[in-house]
Amino acid sequence: MSDALHARKVGFFGDVVSVAIRALRSIPRDPEVIIPALIIPVFFYFVNVGALSKLTGGAGAGGQGADFDYKAFQIPTAILFAVTGISRANTVVTDIQTGYLDRLLMTPVNRLALLVGMMVADFVLVAALTIPVIVLGIITGVSFATGVGGAIVFVLVASLWGLVFAGFPYAIALKTGNPAAVNTSFVIFFPFMFLTTAFVPESALSGWLSGAAKANPVTYLLEALRSLVMTGWDGTALLKGLAAIGGVGVVTLGLALLALRGRVARG
Amino acid sequence: MSNAELAIETQGLTRAFGDLRAVDGIDLAIPRGEIYGFLGPNGAGKSTVVRMLCTLLVPTAGTARVAGFDVVHQAEQVRLSIGAALQATAIDPKQTGRELLRLQARLYGLRGPAAASRLAELAELVDIGDALDRRVSTYSGGMKRRLDLAIALVHTPSLLFLDEPTTGLDPSSRVRVWDEVRRLNAAEGMTIFLTTQYLEEADELASRVGIIDRGRLATQGTPADLKRAVGADVVEADVHGDIEQAAAAVRALAEIEEVVVAGHVLTIRTANGSAALSPVALALAASGAEVRSLTLRTPTLDDVFLQLTGGHLQAGAEAA
Repeated sequence: MSDALHARKVGFFGDVVSVAIRALRSIPRDPEVIIPALIIPVFFYFVNVGALSKLTGGAGAGGQGADFDYKAFQIPTAILFAVTGISRANTVVTDIQTGYLDRLLMTPVNRLALLVGMMVADFVLVAALTIPVIVLGIITGVSFATGVGGAIVFVLVASLWGLVFAGFPYAIALKTGNPAAVNTSFVIFFPFMFLTTAFVPESALSGWLSGAAKANPVTYLLEALRSLVMTGWDGTALLKGLAAIGGVGVVTLGLALLALRGRVARG
Repeated sequence: MSNAELAIETQGLTRAFGDLRAVDGIDLAIPRGEIYGFLGPNGAGKSTVVRMLCTLLVPTAGTARVAGFDVVHQAEQVRLSIGAALQATAIDPKQTGRELLRLQARLYGLRGPAAASRLAELAELVDIGDALDRRVSTYSGGMKRRLDLAIALVHTPSLLFLDEPTTGLDPSSRVRVWDEVRRLNAAEGMTIFLTTQYLEEADELASRVGIIDRGRLATQGTPADLKRAVGADVVEADVHGDIEQAAAAVRALAEIEEVVVAGHVLTIRTANGSAALSPVALALAASGAEVRSLTLRTPTLDDVFLQLTGGHLQAGAEAA
């Protein structure tokens, strides 16, 4: 037996690193998570640009003027398609079903670190998923009005949104331990992404859709991201975008923490 | 025995799920360094006891101390002292064996050369060669079980819980696990709490056995003492026809101590099986029953369980 071994409690940050390393290692082993997140934004980008760029340009209905760059307008939408709903929640379900979560709970690991470690890996993944979309934009002629610094902020803000939205699938995974239930979290994606200014500017929306878009936090997130690409540094737009992320985060991460507490309770 | 010498001590340990008392007032006093076999049929409450002792469940009533620590109020200390391989082989199929061993070491704060040396020891224990660097999803059942055991041992716990460690294993894998359990106990002085539904496993490994039925501890003692209490010999008769009439006919014989009916099998305890065999056969024939087999054997732990509960430990035992 090794004499110098002394088991001890590591602490929150050390445990987060351990859990995150495991989660990061799993990412390339789960191509079914990554491949759709690479294909869907590219698909929507080309379809939307092809279908709507002429409608939004010019002076007609919904027209924003001849110099309106619909490609730049669509890059934030494509980014949100890439990062929204990406999480390791199905790994949590597998851990519950195989009993691996019980094994982890028999160690002195910090319980919160089990969730935060996974989310750290999610943050790295969604940040990585924004890169191909940005490259696609650059290839198709989009440039950032805020330069490289703005592009970095763009990636961070989009990744923060991806992280916050992941609270939904984690809450469902921890509450139910059921993969089918986790997949239903995709339903929440639709009102967030479609009842907003994802495809046309707010001035082109009318009636109830315009009202829904104004109430949708994703509208403000898109405005923040678009400001970085299209107009330059806009503190107000960025703050509104961050506040929208914060508001959604309070709900999603609150639900995830409650579900974690229920799952690790020993009752 | 003082509390300090006990690896596990429970008093009135109870766990209810709604109206169901899955574990009902279990008292255990297991000295350090013992292999304790916890024997019972499926659903008897074995795993619920283990989950309480491993800090995964809190008891509804009663107390439990593991490695000297209270499982409710000192759960962290308990977790640092124990290792466990639970009923399901609980390992992440997308990681390699080595990655899982390293992760477990990190979660217990094990770093540096000592940790590396421990992982090398465990790699030897797992004994799966290059497969240690392959994903667990490619492992056989036996390889997964050995890895599961190695993960439980990473931090050299003083107390190891094994919940049905050989269920589903082929005979040679089962013997390898038994050998390792014996070695851990003998060479490292590890206390081992082993739940099983296999009689031969408890007989082979445990210095003492507790038998649990419907959440209650039916009896405990050394396997030899428990079997001795059943009687010297057992005659087993597979009888078709009026089983109660056949049992009554056997009970009327002078040399018979007890007759238990389970399904179409009569289990007959007697001090001298050889002498009783002929009278039993004649009594059964006279009762009009059709005797399909008549077997003389020494008592097993299943006979202990049968005597205490009127049922068999293992499904299909009646037909055996």
